[in-house]
Amino acid sequence: MKTMLRKLAGAALALSFAVGGAQAQQVLFWSTQARPVEETQKMRDEVLKGFDGPVDYQVAEDGPWLTRLQAELQAGSGTIGLLGGLHGDFSTVGADLVDLSAVDVGGVKVNEAYKKLGMLGTGEQKYMPWMQATYLMAANKQALQYLPPGVDLNTITYDQLIEWSKTIAEKTGSPKFGFPAGPKGLRHRFFEGFLYPSYTGSMVTKFRSPEAETAWNKFKELWQYTNPNSTNYAFMQEPLLSGEVWIAFDHVARLADAFNQKPGDFVAFPAPAGPAGRGFMPVVAGVAIPKTSPDIDKAKALVAYMLKPETQIATLKATNFFPVVDVKLPDDMPASVKAFGPAIAAMTGAPDALPALLPMGLGDLGGKFNQVYTDSFERIVLGGEDVHGVLEEQAAALKAIIDQAKAPCWAPDKPSEGACPVD
Amino acid sequence: MNGKALPYLLLMPATLFLCVFFLYPFVLVAFEAVTRDGAFTFDNFRTMAGSWKFPATVRNTLLLAAIVVPIQLAMALLMASIVSRLETGRSAALYIFAIPLGISDLAAGLIWLAIFDQSGFLNTLLSGLGIVDRPIMFLGYQSKLTIFIAVALAEIWRASAIMMVILVAGMGLIPKEYYEAAEVFGAGPWKRFVRITLPLLRPSLQTAIILRVILAFEVFAVVAALGGTNLPVLMGETYNWQFTLQDRNVAAASALLILAISIGFTLFFLRVLRVPKEARI
Repeated sequence: MKTMLRKLAGAALALSFAVGGAQAQQVLFWSTQARPVEETQKMRDEVLKGFDGPVDYQVAEDGPWLTRLQAELQAGSGTIGLLGGLHGDFSTVGADLVDLSAVDVGGVKVNEAYKKLGMLGTGEQKYMPWMQATYLMAANKQALQYLPPGVDLNTITYDQLIEWSKTIAEKTGSPKFGFPAGPKGLRHRFFEGFLYPSYTGSMVTKFRSPEAETAWNKFKELWQYTNPNSTNYAFMQEPLLSGEVWIAFDHVARLADAFNQKPGDFVAFPAPAGPAGRGFMPVVAGVAIPKTSPDIDKAKALVAYMLKPETQIATLKATNFFPVVDVKLPDDMPASVKAFGPAIAAMTGAPDALPALLPMGLGDLGGKFNQVYTDSFERIVLGGEDVHGVLEEQAAALKAIIDQAKAPCWAPDKPSEGACPVD
Repeated sequence: MNGKALPYLLLMPATLFLCVFFLYPFVLVAFEAVTRDGAFTFDNFRTMAGSWKFPATVRNTLLLAAIVVPIQLAMALLMASIVSRLETGRSAALYIFAIPLGISDLAAGLIWLAIFDQSGFLNTLLSGLGIVDRPIMFLGYQSKLTIFIAVALAEIWRASAIMMVILVAGMGLIPKEYYEAAEVFGAGPWKRFVRITLPLLRPSLQTAIILRVILAFEVFAVVAALGGTNLPVLMGETYNWQFTLQDRNVAAASALLILAISIGFTLFFLRVLRVPKEARI
């Protein structure tokens, strides 16, 4: 017993030394991703554990994330070792990121299209793609009995979705379509990447077109059958699990919990299609090193580690973001991954698929860009204002933002000379 | 040591602290509010006031202050009177009344969210009693009035105690002789309260009201927890400009507006509730 105690004490002492010694050289991984506390913990315990050296994984919301980064860049020295964020997060600070082209990823094949995105239109690899995701629809299996005859979930349209939600609302007596319209919900992404492209084939140029008016009127129609609590939802997995909502749209990472907790209860399916196609938004997250990183070599080693196939699979399990490298997924994946895989394939591979990229080239005007869509939603759908009038006003705001950023068009809008026009 | 210098020396740390952590940042913020890309301009204020949400934020903030503060004042006076009159258990009552003070405003918002939420305590109670068959949505976007009431309730519950603490201290300063004299002349409790307590409490009332009014203009976390963006207030919009819209200049302008309103009301109450030097106890 005594020797046991002594051994334990020795181990504790050694551990405290190890921790104390390591404190000085640990890499601060400053990220806007994997923010829910369970995901953050999994990133620390399961994903970053295998790295040679301690990593301090810290998350922040986009605003504070950027504010701290900019403060460090302005000061000319910093503690942030590695940055994790979405494509849009990096476009603001591109000039202050270390070129990662020389990072040795050890024969791993990284998605070329995403790598090109990571160059932010320069000759340098500003960020390395890290993981990817998209948005999907999810439905409680109880909702399937009300599906209008002849509707195939894999090729569903907005009209069919409205009809389906209407039937459910009438048959069950309460609206059961759910939409993440809360302040922390990703409502703006739905309008930018799904509703607009599906009806107008555009995100920016046709912002106030007659097609856009149709889109908003359709959404107003759908809103009648939408759970009014939607303006409080951030993540759709909770209302899906509680049964408050039967059909929902959200980011895969914000739906995953529902599928993992009750694998038998839900189905995942592609986003609906409109007259112009099946608009959807792929999401790319990346890792980058700020020029003020205290130990650039160590940070580069961490970049390479994040792209290893094992790390990518661990990341998928932890965050529900899919790998960006060629990797064969093992069989023991969570239920959400098994459900989402085919739905994503059906959506991206559909004949009418219309990928719409995240807003690009806006720099720190990204928030204002999103606000244009959120404001339109709040005024048209919640406030009941006239669609045409609101779109005219918001189009002016949108044009001012795009002109200020001098952002050229991105998909699905046609490439432009100079700032993307708002017709 | 020179006795005359001592007070100033003792004030030094606090003054330094204020200069470094209040005055200096304030100057920076004021500077940001009236410049854009280095040039002097009032555009930031124009942008702020031109936003379609701005009238609603000002209205909500003022309305909230106008409703919450008087109710809090009445409650604080009541609580302070009870506490001051108690013979035994005075500190126990004081502690119990002051419990909400120990809770952060976000936590207070979350507590009331747990009550008013669709699956919250109130709905559980109502359906348990058979009054409603399906949960009522108190905090939806269509029910701005209930959101407002919930926010007001949470604010009243959370922050009345701070006024009470100030008023209890003020009541303790009022000499007992006045009350004894009033009793001799047959003044009832209400008359004593109106004729003695209230006038002599004026300095404390002034402090308490100013403090609460300023805090009312800074209401943020409770509203964020209960109303999200359904009930926009000034402070929330300031946060929005800074962090969501990444526009520091407009956020600074918005912060200055809150400061200006606060200073305006402070001056107003200083004037209205001023106590002439001769009348102080």
